[in-house]
Amino acid sequence: MSKRHLCIAITGAGGAGVISCGELLLQAWAHEGGRGLLRKAYGPQIRGGESAALLKLTDDERYTAASHYDLVVALDWDNFSRFEDEIRLGPRSWVLCDEADELPASVLAARPTVLQLPFAELASTCHAEGRVNMLVLGVLGRLLGLPVGSMVELAAQKLARKPQAYRDAATACIEGGASRPMACDLPVPPTAATGACYMSGNQAAGLGALEAGIRFVAAYPITPASDVLEWMAGGLEQLGGQLLQAEDELAAINMAIGAAFGGVPAFTATSGPGLALMTESIGLAVASETPVTILNVMRGGPSTGIPTKSEQSDLNIALNGLHGDAPHLVLAPLDIADCVFTTGWAVQLAQQLQTAAIVLSDQFIGQSTAIVSEPRRYIPATAAPATPAEGAYLRYKLTSSGVSTLAAPGDAGHRFTADGLEHNENGTPSARQSDHQRQLAKRQDKLADFGFGDDWAQVNGSGPLALLCFGSSSAAVNEAADLLAERGSPARVISLRLLAPLQTAALRAAVEGCSAVVVVEQNHSGQLFRYLKGHADFPQAVHSYAMAGPVPLAPEAIAQAVTEMINP
Amino acid sequence: MTEAIKLKAKDYKSEVKPIWCPGCGHFSVLNAITKAMAGLGINKDNTVLVSGIGCSSRLPAYVDSYGFHGVHGRGLAIAQGLKVARPDLTVLALGGDGDGFSIGGNHFIHACRRNVNMTYIAMDNEVYGMTKGQASPTTPMDWDHSKLTPHGPGVRPFKPAALALASGAPWIARGYSGNPNQMAKLIAEAVAHPGFSFLHVMSQCITFCPEQTDWKAIVTEHEGPALANADEAAKVFLHEDGFQTGLLYCEPRPSWPPVSDKPVDGNALAGLAASFRV
Ligand SMILES: Cc1ncc(C[n+]2csc(CCOP(=O)(O)OP(=O)(O)O)c2C)c(N)n1
Ligand code: SF4
Repeated sequence: MSKRHLCIAITGAGGAGVISCGELLLQAWAHEGGRGLLRKAYGPQIRGGESAALLKLTDDERYTAASHYDLVVALDWDNFSRFEDEIRLGPRSWVLCDEADELPASVLAARPTVLQLPFAELASTCHAEGRVNMLVLGVLGRLLGLPVGSMVELAAQKLARKPQAYRDAATACIEGGASRPMACDLPVPPTAATGACYMSGNQAAGLGALEAGIRFVAAYPITPASDVLEWMAGGLEQLGGQLLQAEDELAAINMAIGAAFGGVPAFTATSGPGLALMTESIGLAVASETPVTILNVMRGGPSTGIPTKSEQSDLNIALNGLHGDAPHLVLAPLDIADCVFTTGWAVQLAQQLQTAAIVLSDQFIGQSTAIVSEPRRYIPATAAPATPAEGAYLRYKLTSSGVSTLAAPGDAGHRFTADGLEHNENGTPSARQSDHQRQLAKRQDKLADFGFGDDWAQVNGSGPLALLCFGSSSAAVNEAADLLAERGSPARVISLRLLAPLQTAALRAAVEGCSAVVVVEQNHSGQLFRYLKGHADFPQAVHSYAMAGPVPLAPEAIAQAVTEMINP
Repeated sequence: MTEAIKLKAKDYKSEVKPIWCPGCGHFSVLNAITKAMAGLGINKDNTVLVSGIGCSSRLPAYVDSYGFHGVHGRGLAIAQGLKVARPDLTVLALGGDGDGFSIGGNHFIHACRRNVNMTYIAMDNEVYGMTKGQASPTTPMDWDHSKLTPHGPGVRPFKPAALALASGAPWIARGYSGNPNQMAKLIAEAVAHPGFSFLHVMSQCITFCPEQTDWKAIVTEHEGPALANADEAAKVFLHEDGFQTGLLYCEPRPSWPPVSDKPVDGNALAGLAASFRV
């Protein structure tokens, strides 16, 4: 069954308010019980330049980025070419733009139906300070059948800090736009239950972290992770926690480690360049067995790369960036709503296993906003309260689970010095072979022997072909599996949420009976493919579909490539 | 319950035996710290010593308190995170001149500026002791004892007190490993100061800079009260020889973070989750 989606792109110069227009439209759609996704795309300029609100209204919550658009609303065409890779049009697409505009040849070449309105004139007729973006909101709202009052109210909330005249102009333009019938009969997806959540993946990750007990955050700004930290600042203030803006990521990770040593669950968020700076000290967290969670919102790399766009190319550094043998946790949320669950789970695993957890989100799920049903939470099994050990306290005591009792300053009689130098059970520095081997094994075993349960992956379907992916690729790969099923090649999709320690036995069981495995990921070199080849030892033929960002993975392209791989 | 018996300096030492060379100035800093702790009657369980990497940074393991021996240059960051998260604790960061002024220089500047209520003791021997005698940011220009810089570093040493002042440190003192009693007094005052206190200790490295035994002839004690004016202190710190000891500058200002007057909201988590529901 093909999906009922409506994809709308609204583009314009930065400052023209296309993002606000898209946000308000999606919010109003959410109020009616609709489902949908808003991706934001920007040109490289800090202010000005071009921006695009890329909306996908859907009848389910499997949010893949749109590749083909049903309707493009262009507030102007300057720099539109920047988005040509991302905003594809066809003969069944509609284009809405100002009467005075001349359309670029590349747009006309797709032969869309073009509707032209006197945008600027209409907006100023509605109100002397009328703005085109709000007029467009009204026009689109009418197309979707949204109540005018709902859009007006949402706009008033969003513009609460603006002068009265500004808000009046918005109201007049929304109403004016909504009174304007449009000769466009695009089918609107059906709506579902109301009462959903409207959130970005970055907000969801922040919420998951706070709910799991994070009360200290160290922050150094970096795109596309800053908004996690900004959102958490407000939450921490209400919760009586602390946020410390660091001088750099070297400081941020160490501040988090310091707070965690103090017994306060600690967190930081960054992106590739910042993760690279943090790696030495993530090793310190591993060696000193200090729990800490690092959210890495991936962007195009290497180096400064493509800061505002998505890619899954930090898997290598997350898995292997630490020097020495430094076992730690690497997790990846599968979608926006799953950012709540996976980040919360990561925090609790880090605390429980006294190690570092790296969470690999990315710009796509991090900065897109979606309408999601109440996100699932990680609910930990209630652990039996730790009984104080007999005899002298040994911070790095060898235990059957590998986990030792973690005291915090203030605990009477448990004084110890945490150390990144190799140490004995007591924490005293030791360069002896026996201590080194025991402590290495302890730190490895506590992860290897831990029961992570069923959440290590999400497994869908049962076809004889396995599509393997991690994190935010999940939606596109599941959609590709639907296409393959329609074409007679049913596939099962295994979306990895826990990347390290790799659950090899469960993974092999999940692909049992499959004749081939295709590893799908959004990077250039096939990082997940190589990792799995090295560790999972599949008996099947294993293929790689690796496509670098920044354009989101396209289900159709995946399905086609997979078909060619399995039917050479 | 308060500790019934008053603890002596030696009661604040741990069982771990220092790895330092005999005659190393860092022993004297250890003695001064434990003496200050005994003098203050400090609760061992509520005190944390945090360090980076270097001979000097080994010190936390030698004190019977909580401790964190981190990575090179980042002790101040760990210490600030800890103190901000746990304002009830007494936190001291310490380390060498390489640790604090070279690899950790950025953290030093920002710790002075941030003014978290804690103490930082920089044990300055003008050399990288642990890596066997290379020049540090405070090594004299013409010191030619290192194979790495056989003609001397050829770069002007920087002035930690001047840098601390310019970065906003409100409390700056200097000690000398040859005078542990004065140092103990300064440490006690540093801990009592309600803000970031920077104690610069000239702590000799007998192994790589034996010439530093001459320091005792040039060290002076600052007379009179500490300067309380940054303009005057700047003149002193820019032009002094770096061997006057004592509390040199004290101009208290509000520490960070300010005590929050916002009540903690018991339902905040539920409210945050609800804020996303349409
Ligand atoms: C990232 C990193 N770089 C280099 C080193 C090597 N290293 C260890 S201690 C040290 C310098 C120590 O000098 P200082 O801080 O002045 O302390 P001292 O040994 O003189 O007391 C260096 C460069 C390291 N441990 N980590
Ligand atoms: S090398 Fe120098 S600083 Fe290190 S322990 Fe020996 S004397 Fe002290």
